[in-house]
Amino acid sequence: MFDIIGKRFWYFLISGIVILAGIIALFVFGLKPGIEFKSGSEVTISFAQPVDKQQVIQALADLGYGSGSAIVRKAGTDFIFDLPELNDAAKAALRTGLTDKVGQFQDGGFQLVSAKAAADTARNAAIAVIISAIGMLVYISWAFHRMPNPFRWGVCAVASLVHDVLVVVGVFAILGGIFGWQVDLMFIAGVLTVIGYSVNDTIVIFDRIRENQKKGISPDFEAVVNYSLVETMSRTLITGIGTLFILIALLLVIGASIQNLAVVLLVGIVTGTYSSIGTAASLLVVWRKGEWGRFLHPARA
Amino acid sequence: MSGRNTLIFMVVLTIFVLSLFVVFPIEKGKLGGRGIRLGLDLQGGTRIVYKADLSGVKPSDAAGAIDGAIAVLENRINPMGVAESSVRRLGSDQILVEVPGKSLTDAEKERLSRVALLEFGELATEGEEAKWEDELGKWKPATAVIDGQEKELTSAYFKENTYVRQDNLGNILLVFEWNEKGSKLSEEVTGRLIDKPLGIFEGDAPLLGDDGRPIAPTVKSQISTNGQIEGLSLKEAQTLSKQLNAGRLPVPLHRTGDEKNVEPWLGADFVSKSLKAGIIGILATMLFMIIYYRLSGFIASLALVYYAVLTLAIFKLLPGTMFTLTLAGIGGFVLSVGMAIDANVLIFERMKEEMWGGRGLGAAIDAGFNRAWPAIWDSNITTILAGVILYWLGSSNIIASDMAKGFAVTLIIGVAVSMFTAITVTRTFLRPFVGTGLARHTSLFAPYQRKANV
Repeated sequence: MFDIIGKRFWYFLISGIVILAGIIALFVFGLKPGIEFKSGSEVTISFAQPVDKQQVIQALADLGYGSGSAIVRKAGTDFIFDLPELNDAAKAALRTGLTDKVGQFQDGGFQLVSAKAAADTARNAAIAVIISAIGMLVYISWAFHRMPNPFRWGVCAVASLVHDVLVVVGVFAILGGIFGWQVDLMFIAGVLTVIGYSVNDTIVIFDRIRENQKKGISPDFEAVVNYSLVETMSRTLITGIGTLFILIALLLVIGASIQNLAVVLLVGIVTGTYSSIGTAASLLVVWRKGEWGRFLHPARA
Repeated sequence: MSGRNTLIFMVVLTIFVLSLFVVFPIEKGKLGGRGIRLGLDLQGGTRIVYKADLSGVKPSDAAGAIDGAIAVLENRINPMGVAESSVRRLGSDQILVEVPGKSLTDAEKERLSRVALLEFGELATEGEEAKWEDELGKWKPATAVIDGQEKELTSAYFKENTYVRQDNLGNILLVFEWNEKGSKLSEEVTGRLIDKPLGIFEGDAPLLGDDGRPIAPTVKSQISTNGQIEGLSLKEAQTLSKQLNAGRLPVPLHRTGDEKNVEPWLGADFVSKSLKAGIIGILATMLFMIIYYRLSGFIASLALVYYAVLTLAIFKLLPGTMFTLTLAGIGGFVLSVGMAIDANVLIFERMKEEMWGGRGLGAAIDAGFNRAWPAIWDSNITTILAGVILYWLGSSNIIASDMAKGFAVTLIIGVAVSMFTAITVTRTFLRPFVGTGLARHTSLFAPYQRKANV
């Protein structure tokens, strides 16, 4: 029998390190806002021939969009530029200039965002996450209302949800710092999906703990939790791996435009699977056993 | 096979065949002709957000004014010949316009949101308060007293039958007819202004002719029933005529600067790639399930195909106002496929335990399904709950985001269908094996036995 839950303080340590790294990255690099979260124009174009990124950056600089005002992202022959707000005349000038300096291309898309709309989007995304978390807390507390301390189950599930959101945001801060990845609406959609997955995964484990506790397989809560984790382990892994297959296919086939969504989900499913055990179930045991003081002395755990 | 299971089997099979017909119609008839409504990011098109200037409207009339503006915008977009365009309220004072499959220029966007109210003016005398000023001088609204009230002469008194014609000299004429009140007003005003110029203004600016100069004809005779405006370009005259007929906006609209345009080829690219990715992903998952769960896994794979076909059929059948597939929605679909696998995995794991415990296939199926049910229910309900919250936020003033709504609906439908396929379809397909020779080979249904010991 594997002793999974006995290593709970190690899980807290690992989570703590990952989240701390993310928070440091958040402070050092910040999140790179995508077009929806800042004002300006996003222009997507597709060159007829493969084009060197440096050449495009140079051409944009010559047209008056230097590194201060232009961000250039490349995905195959597709390029995405973040530029200041452009009107039709400026767009036409940009089109002619790029054709002259770089080569023929096809227009892909154009997006204009005002500063007001950007601020609204960022605020709304935060509201969505918070309201979802509260909804989960209420439902889980209700679903486990026949158990002693139903509120604890809800709190532990939401704690693992918050854990996952923090990890995903932290990873994106790091990716943003290193590769210049931006946080856009797809990222938000991904985070909301991760919330769903995380809670789903936690509930399956909680449900098994509830069932085993009712059966009274052991008077020791820790043993009940551990037994439940072992029983559900293969399901946890298989569902996780199955979902990852589909995600990897999305990432490889669709590429840059869905990159954010797919990577958020990849990270989220890994951390969501981990946190159901490492955060939700572990916290439940810590709470039940009143081990909060041992957080300060994990070495004795 | 018991009689009851045969019946369920037939129902399940019928639903599948019907779904197949919806997804892959042989004849593009009533059902088959409908496509999944694609969001702008997948279909290409233009999205514009206008903000209404409600400063001149009483707070109690604000909602009515916005509804009126929406109706007018719809009337203006419809003649563009774009199917499925949508005009909706966003928040308290914004209007979202989506025109699929078409890129609008700045000029077209401005034209779409013009108030289309022409105001007539007369030259202001020294010391009088002027409303407009142009190269011809200072102007004040041309007014007349009717029924004891002073009224301004505007196109609000036009009948909705203006049209454009060319006279013998090739001049473009925008012809209009006054309604009853307008006739009286016009009689008074033009009677007073004979041999004087009559200015025409739209908003803060004079109406400009094809030559770029303000249009301000000199009144030659009293006008009572109908009149004409000369000097506009043909295109301008036609647009203006259409807009005058379609009604003027009750409130001025301004572009908020929240705009998006996706070229159709980019959207089509996403669709074909998503489809390919979905097929590859589902095939890989099926292979994995078959390797891990053998015969059960094969049946779960059938259930997964069933799931994909049924979900697509529902996407197709839902009205466009309820469901729009966006790139983010594809993400929701992926998660729901994960859930569909999960329900099967939960059931098979329970079945495995039952069969290791020595039960026969039939008993193991029943016990496995019954014992897995609470976990499937609770976990899926929390996901549906997240979806419902997101949908509510997406349609409310708080978030008002199509992306959020599309994602939420995909997720909710996906999870609901996955519960049905995992429970009903998988069980129905497994049942026929009960009592056959295959059922004795436990390893086909519950492979990889490890002794669970506490």
